[in-house]
Amino acid sequence: MYRYNDFDAAFVAERNRQFRAQVERRIDGSLTEDEFKPLRLMNGLYLQLHAYMLRVAVPYGTLNSAQMRQLAYIAERWDKGYGHFTTRQNIQYNWPKLRDIPDILDALAEVEMHALQTSGNTIRNVTADHFAGAAKDEIADPRPVAELLRQWSTDHPEFQFLPRKFKIAVTGSPNDRAVTAAHDIGIRIVERDGEIGYQVLVGGGLGRTPMIGKVINDFVSQEDLLPYVEAIVSVWNLLGRRDNKYKARIKITVHEHGIDEIRAMVDERYGELRSAFTGVDQQLFGAIKEAFAPPKFADKPLDAYQQAYDSDPVFRAWADANLWDHVAPGYAIAQISLKAHGATPGDASAEQMRVMADLAEQYGHDELRVSHEQNIVLPHVHKADLPAIHATLKQHGLATSNIGKISDIIACPGMDYCALATARSIPIAQEIATRFDELKIENEIGDLKVKISGCINACGHHHVGHIGILGLDRAGVENYQITLGGDHTEKTSLGERTGPGFGAEEIVPAIETVVQAYLDNRESADEAFIDTYRRVGMAPFKEALYGEQTSKRSRAA
Amino acid sequence: MPRAFTPKVVTANALLEGDVVYLTADDTWTRHLHEAELLTDEAHAQVRLVDASARVDEVVGVYLADMKPTDHGPEPTHFREDFRRTGPSNRNHGKQAEVA
Ligand code: SF4
Repeated sequence: MYRYNDFDAAFVAERNRQFRAQVERRIDGSLTEDEFKPLRLMNGLYLQLHAYMLRVAVPYGTLNSAQMRQLAYIAERWDKGYGHFTTRQNIQYNWPKLRDIPDILDALAEVEMHALQTSGNTIRNVTADHFAGAAKDEIADPRPVAELLRQWSTDHPEFQFLPRKFKIAVTGSPNDRAVTAAHDIGIRIVERDGEIGYQVLVGGGLGRTPMIGKVINDFVSQEDLLPYVEAIVSVWNLLGRRDNKYKARIKITVHEHGIDEIRAMVDERYGELRSAFTGVDQQLFGAIKEAFAPPKFADKPLDAYQQAYDSDPVFRAWADANLWDHVAPGYAIAQISLKAHGATPGDASAEQMRVMADLAEQYGHDELRVSHEQNIVLPHVHKADLPAIHATLKQHGLATSNIGKISDIIACPGMDYCALATARSIPIAQEIATRFDELKIENEIGDLKVKISGCINACGHHHVGHIGILGLDRAGVENYQITLGGDHTEKTSLGERTGPGFGAEEIVPAIETVVQAYLDNRESADEAFIDTYRRVGMAPFKEALYGEQTSKRSRAA
Repeated sequence: MPRAFTPKVVTANALLEGDVVYLTADDTWTRHLHEAELLTDEAHAQVRLVDASARVDEVVGVYLADMKPTDHGPEPTHFREDFRRTGPSNRNHGKQAEVA
């Protein structure tokens, strides 16, 4: 596991000391809110609908058990006993008080955590595949390079006042689980003639103007990556539309200038700054890589696993849905669903956090991951231990076997918490999960990703959901638009709107209609929703939703 | 014809707690919407807003929110204000929990 060095610790301590003084000056009136707001945002502190919200960084989604326990402690000591895991692999606390924030930040620093650059116009928390270092299909662990980028971007003097926020994601596997094409920069580890390098995408993003990232360079070598990424951010830092917040993200810059022009400018800038990278970053990278060396895997008989699998249908269902192939023989990646039917997607109580921490310590080489799909992952568990792990999870409401299924919904906080929301998203997710659980057809439906956002900012990734739901305010009433055919994997595609939206009362029946249309149209139970959609197109779904008349009328229009 | 003025209340979030507060007729901040001063005159509403906005060491994000008059005080006309005065719908937290 990567450990912060003395420099990191001193840096975070100094920032916390500064922020403590800034909070005091805000409270005693010497700072106005206008002066204080950028300072609090730099430290991850938002003011939401009902309270402050603190967003804590979980770099590339990796946690150890001590960190998870500290998150539980913070939830109990200063919040309402739970936390919310987000699509950026972070955790948010929904109810902290302003006076307590400096103490919370100090408590985080005790376990090498912080809330820096989780907000504001900076390079945000670098995300990565949540199966990093464990997945069988991986070329290389993406976390060393994510950590290198984290160190490079933290407090980078040139990049503290960017035109807008900037998000980087890294995948080490050709099966992209980090949604790299929907990031400002997406980095994909590739292998060419035995050499590991990086395919770099630029200009992806969701939000108001969704765009799929374009390949700016097919192969950047290890030693060239940092200067190359710096060149990209540097070019955009000058070109980016500071005049218009809605046009400031790099996706618009790439769109307006074209990828070829941007590539040429990046190459030129790269030429100017390459010599400043003298290889220190590569020494650093070497050291980081060592810290991410895989744990010592054990060799144990699999009888206990096989026996449980054969005799316990509940365990079998969980194993079938929630496990993933691990690179080491006898091992599995176990996903812990934070999507119990009817619960808030991504929420975990302090008690649940401690249970997960204990399991990681006892059985999982002390590692946990936060997935962008708002679940928790035990990346390295031996199959022999899975029956015991499952039994413990079951006792704490953590054994839902629905990963990748219709109830494994991504939902942003929406208008239940978020000040920017135009409608709620959590209750819609709760109702869909509850409804399909009642219908008992979840397994029959198979793989289906539903993603819900409470406004156009698309934190719930609705554009890349097989079924996407976007909550809007239509003349003072919550209204939900459906998109179909989005894909968050390496085959990234943006969903297409079905037509007019649905009221809060109508949206769950409408989703049922869409699912029924899929079941009616699929060739066999092996054809997943997204494949059926790609084969038959929008028409049958439209007809099911709006009737023949409407779909004809909208075609004519 | 000029559009009729929609009545309003002055609202904000408390600086220390971050929760929703409303301005009362006697210039205090209340947690309860029904105690808020309903402003039915546009010019008066603007004056109240400006005065309240100056109280920077008490509140953050002061604005005027649309309301309708009822027998039990101002009531929201938009669902966002309804959530603000109630709390989240997925958990019994926020204002709804404090009332009990
Ligand atoms: S998508 Fe909108 S409502 Fe949802 S968290 Fe993001 S900004 Fe808030």
